[in-house]
Amino acid sequence: MSSTATSPAPQAADPLLSLRGLEKRFSLSGDFLEQLKFKGGKLVREQKYVHAINGVDLDIQRGEALCVVGESGCGKSTVARTVMGLITPSDGEIHYGGERIDDLSSKALMPYRRRMQMIFQNPYASLNPRMTIQQTLEEPIRLHHPDWSPQRVRDQVAEVMASVGIAPDWGARYGHEFSGGQRQRIAIARALAVDPEFIVADEPISALDVSIQAQVLNLLMEAQQERNLTYLFITHDLAVVEHFGTRVAVMYLGRVCEVAPTATLFATPRHPYTQALMSAIPRLEDERPQHLRLQGEVPTPVNLPSGCVFHGRCPHANARCRSEVPTLIATDEGGQVACHGVEEGRI
Amino acid sequence: MTTTTSPTATRWERLRDSYLLYSFKRDLIAQVSLLVFIVLVAAAVLAPWLAPMNPYDLAQIDILASELPPFWIDGSDPAYVMGTDSQGRDLLSTILYGARVSLIIGFGAVAMQAALGVCFGLLAGYLGGRVDAFLMRLADIQLSFSTLMVAIVVGALFKAIFGGATYSAYAVPLLVLIIGLAEWPQYARTVRASVLAEKGKEYVDAARVMGLSSRRIMFRHILPNTLSPIFVISTVQVANAIISEAALSFLGLGMPETQPSLGSLIKSGFDYIQSGSWWITLIPGLVLVILVLVINLLGDWLRDVLNPRLYKG
Repeated sequence: MSSTATSPAPQAADPLLSLRGLEKRFSLSGDFLEQLKFKGGKLVREQKYVHAINGVDLDIQRGEALCVVGESGCGKSTVARTVMGLITPSDGEIHYGGERIDDLSSKALMPYRRRMQMIFQNPYASLNPRMTIQQTLEEPIRLHHPDWSPQRVRDQVAEVMASVGIAPDWGARYGHEFSGGQRQRIAIARALAVDPEFIVADEPISALDVSIQAQVLNLLMEAQQERNLTYLFITHDLAVVEHFGTRVAVMYLGRVCEVAPTATLFATPRHPYTQALMSAIPRLEDERPQHLRLQGEVPTPVNLPSGCVFHGRCPHANARCRSEVPTLIATDEGGQVACHGVEEGRI
Repeated sequence: MTTTTSPTATRWERLRDSYLLYSFKRDLIAQVSLLVFIVLVAAAVLAPWLAPMNPYDLAQIDILASELPPFWIDGSDPAYVMGTDSQGRDLLSTILYGARVSLIIGFGAVAMQAALGVCFGLLAGYLGGRVDAFLMRLADIQLSFSTLMVAIVVGALFKAIFGGATYSAYAVPLLVLIIGLAEWPQYARTVRASVLAEKGKEYVDAARVMGLSSRRIMFRHILPNTLSPIFVISTVQVANAIISEAALSFLGLGMPETQPSLGSLIKSGFDYIQSGSWWITLIPGLVLVILVLVINLLGDWLRDVLNPRLYKG
């Protein structure tokens, strides 16, 4: 396993979405007066931040389903919300179709709003309880196509309802009259209503019953084929990733440690964290490899470790890992990995 | 409950099957309160047709018939069922007209409070940050002035600038303005708290992702989901506004005696209690107490019904 290259991987030209050095800090210290503290007889201003994501580089190609995995609190959802403009990034750039979109005004962002949509985690909270399904589905269409006739809007709603398997007579009902799976279908219909090309799905099936998860997942895959969609799919379920993802990005403590095509990542994980993650998947095999147990806890994102964020728990860490932040380098298998050990051929 | 309604249920069918009506049918206090409230409001609204005489019409007032007692006391005149006040106005008619003025001011002031408070609360809760800090400090400052102080300042200024005659002509809108301005923070705080709870829900994120304007998200998505607490405080605030108006009128800062409200009627009779004419104060006072009581009882019932911890709407 010494096959590494130091030059960036040859990327297919013009990714649909690319994130460059994306960072998001959330202030913990309140307003100016609350930041003032007495320390050693001096008045000092102290600011603390949660570093939710720090320096994420990702490219999403047209037509693929990029899955982002990682444990709770690693910044997966923050990436999704930042991409959709729900959170303003503290640093870094977001490019969509070659255009920078993170610094646009909400008005200039409108054409992109139609092309990018989002599906949320909790179907019980993502539908407005005071709006009927028909109103919920008509609203985005009316907003983005103000010139359409009422009949054309209704036709579009009927078409999108049929495509996600919603009976037309559900339109007059309210969200709370449906089960979780039905609500998630409605939420998907709302996202598809404006014919987007890119969908961010933030753990869309984790709140659902296991028997419903496969249905919703298949629905998303059908929609991808029929409408040529690109997905950014946030999840912590590795079985879903194997089934759904074209490529996988593994995140740890706000950084991407490894990006690789799904089959490659599952067959030959390169980053020590990915290896530990893969070995944690329960399997019905006798000769399964030993479960790699990591020592310690995930460090707090308030005081980030120096160097590689994983060095405190990594069995291969050395002095360089503790001082120097690793960047993503291309591997021979077509993936990218951020690890000094892999780069030096130690792992 | 609502899952049993067919998808094609009309508005009336939804109401018929709703928990609101169900609990109303089982609550005797709420039923009696609503009945009394409707009777009082109907009597006040229909005062020009129901009242035996028009207390605003000086030609109908007979000063010789002043301070006549109600019908069950010796010396009463059958023409004046509830007796007359010190100026010879029929007390029943005056109460009906007075209740009308009190209700107009009560509902008008609450409408103004709600309009101001809901807008400020939505802005503060949804936009947050400096807007929130500014509006909430403004609310704190407003709350530290009592309604009486605002009324004294505004009323005195208005009287000094425009004179007493103009004041009498504009007393009702002026009182609506004063009570509306003094009490808007109640709404703003309640709405802000609800908005903060709703803002974190994903349907608001979905609306933002869609690209809806902040104004549309605030008024079309968040506001409808904060209506329950607004309804509940509205009932309490109507009662409060009527009481405030009565208190102001009693102090001589409200309605002039020529256009009596319940409060100014109580005040006009207060000087004659010692001389035995207790009915001029007591009867309008009773009407005021009953009016405020039934509104508060209805508000209590509504709060119990709409309490999201007891019932999820």
